[in-house]
Amino acid sequence: MWIYEKKMEHPVRVTCPDVKFAKMVITQYGGPDGELSASLRYLNQRYSMPTDNAKAVLTDIGTEELAHMEMIAALVHKLTDGACPEDYKAAGWEGQWTQHDSGLFWSDANGVPWTAKYIACLGDPITDLTEDMAAEQKARTTYEHLICATNDPLAKATLRFLWEREVVHFQRFGETLDTVQEWMSASKHMWAGHGME
Amino acid sequence: MDLSEQAAMLKRVQEIEFVAIDLNLYLDTHPCDAEAVNDYNCAVEILKQLKKEYEKCYGPLLNFGWGGYSQAPWRWAMGPWPWEL
Repeated sequence: MWIYEKKMEHPVRVTCPDVKFAKMVITQYGGPDGELSASLRYLNQRYSMPTDNAKAVLTDIGTEELAHMEMIAALVHKLTDGACPEDYKAAGWEGQWTQHDSGLFWSDANGVPWTAKYIACLGDPITDLTEDMAAEQKARTTYEHLICATNDPLAKATLRFLWEREVVHFQRFGETLDTVQEWMSASKHMWAGHGME
Repeated sequence: MDLSEQAAMLKRVQEIEFVAIDLNLYLDTHPCDAEAVNDYNCAVEILKQLKKEYEKCYGPLLNFGWGGYSQAPWRWAMGPWPWEL
């Protein structure tokens, strides 16, 4: 079960609104390598993990990713604070204004809506943990792109925290993959959701 | 109500809770690291105190029964909400 803690994991700050940058940041809300993809991927994969520790890792990182999604939402909210339709047009984000007003929605930086095709769960723990490691790298790279694309030191600091977390998550998934492989190779453990014969 | 004062107090909660979060993830893959468990428990101790002080001033951080007794009127729904801080 989930409970909501009424705070951000880390402060979210901007120096001033920047609708153009918001259009880029939104990719970490509803894009292929964003926080919604990450959280749903991990929270869904945990049901087919073989060990308690793997279930814990996927639950906890999946939960943290929801907190990150919240930070991105807050970042976009602050970057578009007080923006009028003219600001959205000037930023080339008039589609966003038209369809959502000052509301948020899940899309990538090109307006492509979020899809479950961004995530997978093959039910094989090695496959799934390998996907998770790749996902963390893709998210890390995307944050590097975003950090480079702004001069706002406050926005950079917020994004830098999220970048750091991707590095740590990658480490944790690597450790989990290691442990799960060891567990599966021990002859007394047979992990096949269904028999292969 | 001074939002910056609230944000400053909340930041201290965020900092210590982050220690707990990061240690939590570490312990998920290193369950036998007794030293890390100890560090986690130290963070829990400090976090308890900081949360108590914050909630006294600004209302509950958790709901659904986890935020302790409520006052009337109901404080949980009161702003500011986190994206407004």
